Amino acid sequence: MAKTNKTKVQLDIPKEKLLHMHKLMCDIRNFDNKVNQMVKRGQVPGMTHFSVGEEAANVGAIAAISEGDLITSNHRGHGQTIAMEIDLNEMMAEIMGKATGTCKGKGGSMHIADLDKGNLGANGIVGGGMGMAIGAALTQQMKKTGKIVMCCFGDGACNEGTFHETLNMASVWKLPVIFYSINNFYGISTPISEVINIDYNYQRACAYGIPGHFIEDGNDLLAVYNKFVELVDYVREGNGPVLVEALTYRWYGHSTSDPGKYRTKKEVDEWKKKDPIVKFRNYLLENKLATEEELDEINRKSMEVVEGSVKFAMESPEPTLESAFEDIFAP
Amino acid sequence: MNITKDKSPASAKSPAVDSGATKLMSVRDAIIMAMSEEMRRDENVFLMGEDVGIFGGDFGTSVGMLEEFGKERIRDTPISENAISGCAIGAAMTGLRPIVDVAFMDFIVYMMDNIVNQAAKTRYMFGGKGQVPTVFRCAAGSGVGSAAQHSQSLEAWFTHIPGIKVVAPGTPADVKGLLKTAIRDNNTVIFLEYKAQYNMRGEVPVDPEFTIPLGKADIKREGKDVTVVTYGRMLERVIQAADEVKEANGVSVEVVDLRTLMPLDKEAILTSVKKTGKVLLVNDAHKTGGFIGEVAAMIAESEAFDFLDGRILRLAGEDVPVPYNATLEAAMIPTVERIKKYILKLVDKR
Repeated sequence: MAKTNKTKVQLDIPKEKLLHMHKLMCDIRNFDNKVNQMVKRGQVPGMTHFSVGEEAANVGAIAAISEGDLITSNHRGHGQTIAMEIDLNEMMAEIMGKATGTCKGKGGSMHIADLDKGNLGANGIVGGGMGMAIGAALTQQMKKTGKIVMCCFGDGACNEGTFHETLNMASVWKLPVIFYSINNFYGISTPISEVINIDYNYQRACAYGIPGHFIEDGNDLLAVYNKFVELVDYVREGNGPVLVEALTYRWYGHSTSDPGKYRTKKEVDEWKKKDPIVKFRNYLLENKLATEEELDEINRKSMEVVEGSVKFAMESPEPTLESAFEDIFAP
Repeated sequence: MNITKDKSPASAKSPAVDSGATKLMSVRDAIIMAMSEEMRRDENVFLMGEDVGIFGGDFGTSVGMLEEFGKERIRDTPISENAISGCAIGAAMTGLRPIVDVAFMDFIVYMMDNIVNQAAKTRYMFGGKGQVPTVFRCAAGSGVGSAAQHSQSLEAWFTHIPGIKVVAPGTPADVKGLLKTAIRDNNTVIFLEYKAQYNMRGEVPVDPEFTIPLGKADIKREGKDVTVVTYGRMLERVIQAADEVKEANGVSVEVVDLRTLMPLDKEAILTSVKKTGKVLLVNDAHKTGGFIGEVAAMIAESEAFDFLDGRILRLAGEDVPVPYNATLEAAMIPTVERIKKYILKLVDKR
């Protein structure tokens, strides 16, 4: 079981890519902060789950896959969805339930998908994307596309029966899947340590005869990215699936209706000190890979795009009543 | 198992079946023929499930297919219904057309999340993007002494969920034509086969382009006194009962074979009810919450209600888990005798 926790200076990643990853983390942060603000103002009609604090765990992983590769996401899917570069206008409109939304206002935060870009969708059922992921991987294997699937889920999903069945099936069929557990330590209010009798879920990989990998600092963008570059190569070469786990933390509650009684302010504040965006920003500055002005400009633009998405969503029409009766069956 | 001959519903005149060249074969062979033809026609079609390969399927419904199509496309799986169903859905969403051999329909209970929460809703939740073209073939019903966990007909669970199609044919020809259409359909289809009827024989069109549209009922017997609406396993018994009451009592029964429950051919049902003014509904699934209850409600709410001159009657499986003992097992679902009794009750010729 390999461990990754130290960031070395990397000269092999083009500056453009580094800055782009920074931009995507800013997009996630700004987008979800904005949605949270709107929730508090009563401007969001339904349930949302935020990825703030988990930006590096999402962007670092997805930056390592290639065009044509696929992902499945989970209920906390904003981070992965934005890392897959969805149109933020449509995503914001979807969260506001508008006709111009990604899903015409019929899916909402938990069902945002971007099939054209390989995002098979967020999923409201814990573990719900796992079966889909191995099926998508079977398609890649049978059609010999050379593409792989990244299956994203939380720590809690590892206790679902589907985790066992899909990891085993993917292993025996050598399917090109990266099973990626983003461990934020809590399933709603339940600490993962109270519901598993091992230290980490990646240790379960040995039960399926596949490699288990651990990213101890999932807030370190390059640690996540480097590990995933290695795993993507391994899986793409036809060696079968891997299980990888990254530790990170969600700054906000489980969803918009979380009183937060299960964790202390001190714990949350400690994690906020490990801000993945600040960490990567410092890395870029210390190694003179970018200037403060460049990074500030990226964040300013990101905030502008998010504000633009709110405007787009606000000005978008509500779906027609008739649309509720459409799209049930494919023609 | 019951091998029917001259009284087989397949030998009944079937207007939707354009005869062409036919061959006498069992339901089992019709299934193998339908899947094999579709796999030759479309390389994206494949079969997966427990023991579908060398074993040929729990009910012999894939015998010989491994030899023709190989292990990739006749794919044995671990005993993992959740992974099987999820995998089929993911493969379907990305361009393949999986057929899942669920084996005993009771095992589909382990697949419910994937079918109900994923397959049925994906396209809708994604605003009309994506599709899940997959078929879950289920060996339903009692009749082979397999007791409570291997004998259920669970179609009503699926007709309740928008986004899923449900098909339950009752003749070898209909099995072939509808299974081929189900495989070509771009949605998730729950396809009921009846384990007591895999050996039932009938004439089946051999044309590889023979298909039957989903959502189209078939009038298996034309009549004027009573309408009997049924599907799946009970069709054989309803036809026998209809023929016998005609012979013995001079009662003319119209047999409406639904074939597809979702989408439902409401028009065929209502047209027949308006014509006869009397209706009996028959299925082998449990009575309470069963699909024929929905048909009864649909008739009662429609303009056909005004044409009725009797109560809408249901004859269904008893509301008990299926018992093992052969006598008890047989007594839990409608028999030809009971169907006849109910028909006569409706025309008041007891």
